[in-house]
Amino acid sequence: MAAEELPRASAASLAQRLAAREVSAVEVAEAHLDRIEALDADLNAFLQVDRAGALAAARSVDERRARGESLHAMAGVPVAVKDVITTRGLPTTAGSRILQGWLPPYDATLVRRLRDADMVVLGKTNMDEFAMGSSTEHSAYGPTRNPWDRERIPGGSGGGSAAAVAAFEAPLAIGTDTGGSIRQPAAVTGTVGVKPTYGGVSRYGLIAMASSLDQAGPCARSVLDAALLHDVIGGHDPMDSTSIDAPVPPVVEAARRADITGLRVGVVRELGGEGYQPGVRTRFEEAVALLVGAGADVVEVSCPSFDYALAAYYLIMPSEASSNLAKFDAMRYGLRVEPDGVPAPTAEQVMAATRDAGFGDEVKRRIILGTYALSSGYYDAYYGQAQKVRTLIARDFAAAFEQVDVLVSPTAPTTAFRLGEKLDDPLAMYLNDVATIPANMAGVPGMSLPAGLADEDGLPVGVQLLAPATQDHRLYGVGAALEALLEAQWGGALLERAPELEVRA
Amino acid sequence: MSALSRDDVAHLSRLARIEATDAELDRLSGELAVILDAVARVSEVAADEVPPMSHPLPLTNVTRPDHPRPSLDPYEALAGAPASEQQRFRVPRILEED
Repeated sequence: MAAEELPRASAASLAQRLAAREVSAVEVAEAHLDRIEALDADLNAFLQVDRAGALAAARSVDERRARGESLHAMAGVPVAVKDVITTRGLPTTAGSRILQGWLPPYDATLVRRLRDADMVVLGKTNMDEFAMGSSTEHSAYGPTRNPWDRERIPGGSGGGSAAAVAAFEAPLAIGTDTGGSIRQPAAVTGTVGVKPTYGGVSRYGLIAMASSLDQAGPCARSVLDAALLHDVIGGHDPMDSTSIDAPVPPVVEAARRADITGLRVGVVRELGGEGYQPGVRTRFEEAVALLVGAGADVVEVSCPSFDYALAAYYLIMPSEASSNLAKFDAMRYGLRVEPDGVPAPTAEQVMAATRDAGFGDEVKRRIILGTYALSSGYYDAYYGQAQKVRTLIARDFAAAFEQVDVLVSPTAPTTAFRLGEKLDDPLAMYLNDVATIPANMAGVPGMSLPAGLADEDGLPVGVQLLAPATQDHRLYGVGAALEALLEAQWGGALLERAPELEVRA
Repeated sequence: MSALSRDDVAHLSRLARIEATDAELDRLSGELAVILDAVARVSEVAADEVPPMSHPLPLTNVTRPDHPRPSLDPYEALAGAPASEQQRFRVPRILEED
């Protein structure tokens, strides 16, 4: 295989060829680094590319393999990491000015697991500041472009990870998902993204937005590749007190078996219909019909509280965010800005000037909204009431999963919109996550996989699968089966239809 | 539910330690009014008897034996600080004058 073709290979096939020593880890890393160099000035999927670190890791894999050492099955496979995850000695900004140039003194647990498996970290991917957004336009370092149409958004907050994978800059990437930040970018870039069960992947080293909602997971071009990455990063971590103390669900085995014998599927009535773009609805309905054709038993289920999930989310998430982001105080790390015209300012004045200069508009909106929702006199009406709605959402899921094995819906109401289109209308931006938020509220796992292209604009549509907590493997089994059915219809992977990216001057 | 005035937003900004400019306060108060109006929908749900849910998993306190173990050394802990002195974070004065 020619070097320039290596980036098109799946992670599974790269792993196999690396283990068989048909290709070296250095060749694989260089092929991806060269493609990033050629394309990324335009796409802006990466905030940092660690060529030296990636090549050193790859060389070490090659040397140890040459000596006959037995390495992890994923050794030498490249991966990109969202910039909200700490990487020792590699700048980590969370897309914010307030952390520009920050060099974390420690690796996140999931990064440690990537390194322990000898996976090759290519660099850090772009994102909405502190993962707050659905378009990557709230990055302090400029938006990422969608490889399908470079005038459109790649989704958010993890648009960088999704675009990197869709543009064949990396076979795999790490995302984080608080309200849809892995799944919605996957949907609008024609890729696969999984939010594991809350607690399935350690949050140690994940710069928190909303601690009861945040969850890291895999971004990939196929369901099997996502499972392979999930298996590396998942599992119990004593450094995260909310980490589930149980083995990683058998996600790889489920993806390989792709078995939907006797599967019961629930179509969520509240996540579809009005407000969803016609091409999104059509592709979704066809995906459901394919499952029926393959023998699945499909019923409609109602989760009435989901109608209030977005409202409750935009109280709970900002409340937690306003508290989590209090740590950016200009004292221990990051930016420090002195207020103008104040001789000998106090720590408090420096803090306030720094946070004004260092945070972008969306972050300020959410901090102030959260400060309000938690304030005395409003707490019961806002935060308290939202927490009760959260209980009702969890109950709706529990009732639905008594009837069916998995739930399905479109991942996002629309395909990728144009850069700038929703930037001045925060509420319109929030609506992108209407179908993905319920899973975060209840802590259940969710996957988005490509369902095809919308007729009206030729852009990717995602279908979302949801399973009960700790049953992540169901997503992979059903996802792999549906992926095979769809690809049999298309005659190949959806991304093969993406326009060839050329280097733009 | 009450609407947020510009003064409320200025007060909240101070509480959140964000020195917002006048232009920012103008814009934020308009945007937050729209967002608050939308999220206030949670009040339509009859949930008096429903327990609040703070977390998706039942949380139990996690403890470990209190044994010393390696941690960041002072140099690493201070490496990202805007200013440090004598192995300590150096901060602006914390008290008002008199």
